[in-house]
Amino acid sequence: MGTLERLNDERRARGLAVSVEGSTAVPGPQTLFDKIWERQAIVRGEGEPDLLYIDMHFVHEVSSAQAFDGLRASGSVVRRPDLTVATEDHNVPTDTLELRDATSRRQIEALRTNCEEFAIRLFRLGEPGQGIVHVIGPEMGLTQPGMVIVCGDSHTSTHGALGALAFGIGTSELEHVLATQTLPQVQPRSMAVNVTGSLPDDVTAKDLALALIAQTGTGGGQGYVVEYRGAAIEALSVEERMTLCNMSIEWGARAGLVGPDETTFAYLRGRTYAPSGEQWDEAVAEWRQLCTDEGARFDEEITFDASQVRPFVTWGTNPSQGVPVDSVVPNPEHLASAQERESAERALQYMGLAPGTALRDVAVDVIFLGSCTNSRIEDLRQAAQVLRGRRIASGVRMLVVPGSLAVKAQAEAEGLDRVFLEAGAQWRAAGCSMCLGMSPDIVSPGERTASTSNRNFEGRQGPRARTHLVSPAVAAATAIRGRFGTPRDLPNQTEEHEE
Amino acid sequence: MEPFTVHTGVGVPLRKSSIDTDQIAPSRFLKRTARSGFETALFASWREDPEFVLNRPELSAASVLVAGHDFGIGSSREIAVWSLQNYGFRAVIAPRFGDIFRTNAGKSGLVTAVVPESTVRRLWDVLDENPGDVITVDLERQLVLARGGLSEPFTIDLYARWQLLNGLDDISVTLRSVETIAAYEERRPGWKPSIKSR
Repeated sequence: MGTLERLNDERRARGLAVSVEGSTAVPGPQTLFDKIWERQAIVRGEGEPDLLYIDMHFVHEVSSAQAFDGLRASGSVVRRPDLTVATEDHNVPTDTLELRDATSRRQIEALRTNCEEFAIRLFRLGEPGQGIVHVIGPEMGLTQPGMVIVCGDSHTSTHGALGALAFGIGTSELEHVLATQTLPQVQPRSMAVNVTGSLPDDVTAKDLALALIAQTGTGGGQGYVVEYRGAAIEALSVEERMTLCNMSIEWGARAGLVGPDETTFAYLRGRTYAPSGEQWDEAVAEWRQLCTDEGARFDEEITFDASQVRPFVTWGTNPSQGVPVDSVVPNPEHLASAQERESAERALQYMGLAPGTALRDVAVDVIFLGSCTNSRIEDLRQAAQVLRGRRIASGVRMLVVPGSLAVKAQAEAEGLDRVFLEAGAQWRAAGCSMCLGMSPDIVSPGERTASTSNRNFEGRQGPRARTHLVSPAVAAATAIRGRFGTPRDLPNQTEEHEE
Repeated sequence: MEPFTVHTGVGVPLRKSSIDTDQIAPSRFLKRTARSGFETALFASWREDPEFVLNRPELSAASVLVAGHDFGIGSSREIAVWSLQNYGFRAVIAPRFGDIFRTNAGKSGLVTAVVPESTVRRLWDVLDENPGDVITVDLERQLVLARGGLSEPFTIDLYARWQLLNGLDDISVTLRSVETIAAYEERRPGWKPSIKSR
């Protein structure tokens, strides 16, 4: 049997439809993922990967330059510049419009030249609409249910919160999408994450994500498109769903999805690029079809109890190495596998932590509130609620970096900027900032940070930086204490501070 | 892309798991707009340590990397693949890879061979006991071969294998379907979002 015939055999073994000469075998109840795939796989030949049509391609300065060079080298054009949107986010400064770093400036200038040459809409630094690629897409209504969305960034999974199939790609695939508006893909396996119960009042979507990843490990979702389902997910706002879907990649999943519902439609209605008038009704009618059918089969299902989740913090150097804030740094000797023990020992050495230390006693130097995980208006409101009328601990530096200039404007209209500034934090403009150490915002060697971002990898926020991942509420409480804590660890405020 | 059939080269035992692409190629190298010259980016922080395995003189010509599970997790940066290739690596052997890294590797011509953890541990032992030993990665037969008659099967994404063996540029393969793409575009719903350049 030829290699490619085995592709279809594999599909049959997994109970997936196999198409021959364009006629698809009629499947039974379908998942949301199956439905999107079926609508978007425009070529499904025997023994070949499917060809997926891409509805929206988000581009930023970092992963795109070599792809545009490839297009020029082959004399190609961008097939659908109208389905391509660019922004400047990864390496831009957040305290000035001036690009002082020469290498960063050349990369930004390359993007500007490329967008000009290929007629792509670019949101330039400082221009209304500019911001982190995964914040501006949903915010402008460019992310809608049922779409297939790609971007040269692993956190593209964020857009799955609106019921879109969204995943990160590399530069070679980026060039493929620019040239053809499609991608050849073998359909990944599907997984349902059934989140039962409801999240306790002081627990956020970020805590849910970190607790889930602590259970599954960094590779537990590898090869899967996951759909988050159940009462706890239905109760989340769209922005909270974005936080959860954003972190899907941190347990290895190809994409994270939440079925579109009334919450989704209410979020989208009236946004700049959302349909309006009769088209709105037409779109909603289609979106309502996209739920997972009763009895649809996933390749894998796991159940997670939301009511048991507590505010979380990571102690190690990958996102699965986390514990509740009110517990202690674990002892590597108690871990199950040899690899986990080795990994934990190395992580504790890098992080400068001893087993058994209470996280509440660990002092921090820097607080970062921002990133595509937690830089939206609800995140800023959560942090501001904790900080209002309080001061951050002396010696602690706190950066608040809204995900987009629209979020910044909204926060200022609500007076949140004053809350942050009065608490002693810095109020910045939009970008990826301290999340990945590419912009001027970095953590110094040996400094410890409580960060609302998504990765605590070695050196992620700057060489030898020590990163602990937390929610906005925990970040704010930690800023005030100077040590890890939750809002419940803070003394009650006096009357005069309350509004 | 050059076809890959079989490769024999010096193996490196990298006894670590969950190696993310920030370690493989730190973000400061992401600011560059070139497509080559990333060999200095490879494990840049870890290479500052003289004890790091890649700094062993007998491994200077290394081309096959043997690593723990979840190699290449995290960021989608394709420079992680390019830095391995620019340094001289042709194949990485591990029990599990990050999805995007695996896809990027296939597109760029780097083989990602998936073997059980027990095989990785055997390969590590062979390479530690015989520094500078070679490992063979046979993509046609999907076998990893090493000293002492070690011969173990590996798995790889079938589409990636097909591309690697044939050295295919898949943009030209896709463009054979350009009429189907155009026909689909004709019937896409009008309410799907689009955006004009200024």
